Amino acid sequence: MTPEHLPFLQQLMLMLAATALFTSFVLLEQARLTAAVHAFAWQGFLMAMITILVAAGTQHTHLFFSAALTLGLKALLIPAMLHRLIRRLGLDRHREVLRHPVVVIMMAVALVIFSYWLVLPIIRQEFNFTRNIVALSLAVVLIGMLMMVVRQQAVAQVLGFMSMENGLFLAAVSATGGMPLVVELGVAFDVLVAMILFGVFFFQIRDSIDSLDVDRMSRLTERDDET
Amino acid sequence: MMHALYFTVFTPLAGALLLAGIRSPALAGWLNVFISAVTFAAAAMLAWNVAASGALAGLSFRVDDFNVYLLVLTAFVGLNTSIFSRPYMRHVYESGRSSHAGTRLYNSMYQVFMFTMLLALATDNLGVLWVAIEGATLSTVLLVSLYRTPEAIEAAWKYFILCGVGIALALFGTVLVYFAAQHILNDPGAGLRWSALYGVANQLHPAIMGLAFVFLLVGYGTKVGLVPMHQWLPDAHSEGPTPMSAVLSGLLLNVALYAVVRLKMLVDGSLTGTESPHLAGHMLMGFGLISFLVAGLFLHRQRDIKRMFSYSSIEHMGLMTFAFGLGGPLATFGALLHMLVHSLTKSAIFITVGHAAHISRTQTIDHIRGLIRTQPEVGWCLLLGVIAVAGFPPFGIFASEFLLLSATIQAQPLFTVALLVGLAVAFAGLFRHVQPMVYGAAVEGQQPVQANMFPVAIQLGVVLWLGISIPAFLARWLDRVTGLITGSHLL
Repeated sequence: MTPEHLPFLQQLMLMLAATALFTSFVLLEQARLTAAVHAFAWQGFLMAMITILVAAGTQHTHLFFSAALTLGLKALLIPAMLHRLIRRLGLDRHREVLRHPVVVIMMAVALVIFSYWLVLPIIRQEFNFTRNIVALSLAVVLIGMLMMVVRQQAVAQVLGFMSMENGLFLAAVSATGGMPLVVELGVAFDVLVAMILFGVFFFQIRDSIDSLDVDRMSRLTERDDET
Repeated sequence: MMHALYFTVFTPLAGALLLAGIRSPALAGWLNVFISAVTFAAAAMLAWNVAASGALAGLSFRVDDFNVYLLVLTAFVGLNTSIFSRPYMRHVYESGRSSHAGTRLYNSMYQVFMFTMLLALATDNLGVLWVAIEGATLSTVLLVSLYRTPEAIEAAWKYFILCGVGIALALFGTVLVYFAAQHILNDPGAGLRWSALYGVANQLHPAIMGLAFVFLLVGYGTKVGLVPMHQWLPDAHSEGPTPMSAVLSGLLLNVALYAVVRLKMLVDGSLTGTESPHLAGHMLMGFGLISFLVAGLFLHRQRDIKRMFSYSSIEHMGLMTFAFGLGGPLATFGALLHMLVHSLTKSAIFITVGHAAHISRTQTIDHIRGLIRTQPEVGWCLLLGVIAVAGFPPFGIFASEFLLLSATIQAQPLFTVALLVGLAVAFAGLFRHVQPMVYGAAVEGQQPVQANMFPVAIQLGVVLWLGISIPAFLARWLDRVTGLITGSHLL
């Protein structure tokens, strides 16, 4: 079955999900932090749009609420908090260039392919659409993880963390029509608390090592040179 | 009937809100003990109810023999640690290592942590389970960095990031489980209810459940401290305040393992009749054995006393994971007993270590010497705790490890060699460090501190008792849990 056999609504959702994956690539490569936060906000916006489409398609009214929650949290509040932190930390002009951009991008591409391979077991169960969207969301999750590995800057790592959360949300909303409301609220609460704590940590880290380059924190390793 | 449950779970939450508003550190310390005591009383009452009338199921809570035993254990260790933490944190505050606000944060977050643990155990909803375990990270991460040293901040950041990523993968697994359930259950809202899923486990799509379990195991396994996702654990344990290390080792690891076992029950149900019915079990065995062996080796090269005992925790969690993976009534019974005795022993050890570190004003093993000379009760408790945790008779860990070894000989004889070697390596690793710490001449300037060894004595006493004779009611109880997990009874 090819994509054009799918209903229009599902095609639209797939396109939005693919765009969200594209924003993941942007996040991965973007050297300027402020621009990266913008990309993250766009990703959150796309998540909210997809949720509205699912809500319209499935008549699950509680999804409209969760779309509003996503829009407020992922597209507005968290980016705003990050912008404020970046300003207060004086990182407006901060640029962090990846050491091996080509390698990183190739790894991200490999992760996308890997995600599609991983969801193959679902193939035998009729759902072409679900398989695509689960693969896309898994790719967003894994690229977020890759971002946390290759970026050394604490703020960029947090962006990776948050975009992982976006990928998880995408999977929950599109493959299953959203988690039960209590779970969704709990997850949103956890994300918000995590963001506040990250903000606290940025300042603690800066006070401790005079920079937010977390690779410089290397006191706690298994080593023998202590005397 | 449900009142005891609500009391157990929500008392800590109310307590946390209350403690957040208390300014006096002395009062807050006492309140912390009081709230923990109320929680423990409620948990004991709950256990009584469950023992009398079987499993309780409520709105989105479900308490059966399995989780009620862990609820009581969690509340008990929580109470004992709070008794220890009152004078300990007072000492920390008076010596200026933590600020006034920091102490207030500590007391409040201690109760939030207890709340998340109890909620994770009592809930029936896999999504809420996830939220609670993530909440446990969030509530403890600021406590790890409480002392604000560069090491503490690094440890907290590592803890936050690693557990955050791990737990995100577990959420993906949970979504997949929900996805698999949607084709079976008519009521989509029930798709995350463990009890509803367990009833239809054999209809859940095996391929999706297998995939989900990989994510869930890696995710919750991070919290269990399974190698290679264990990197956060020694750091967080060594840099945070000692009462935190005690509850992290004694409780958080157990609760994460509990989550893995619950999910394994679902996956096993779904995979029966396929080509690989023991997929989940084999994965647990693999991760467990590797953790067990690697942690045993790492014990040898530790220089920090709390770091050393956190590797010992990884080792024991690995052993339990292996045993749950092995399956079968004997191994499961042994693993359940091991969960109980390890939790009690390890938190007792951390409490003692806290006193030892105050006596010698350092956590470096090389500088802690002659504890028995300086303060006999601390030295002896440390020695006895280590004897217990290394698996010597007559302590309870000997009994559970003996059961585990017998089960391994029955089911997979080849692994027995690996287990025996691992136990020997770990034993050597512990004793080479502990022996000079307790015996020998005291270092100049070591002063006895005011130490309340009562919680330690109680916990080690219980472990000793369980090693000499397991009371009949407890054996029957654990046997009922074994029946719940494996479907067949031991006794």
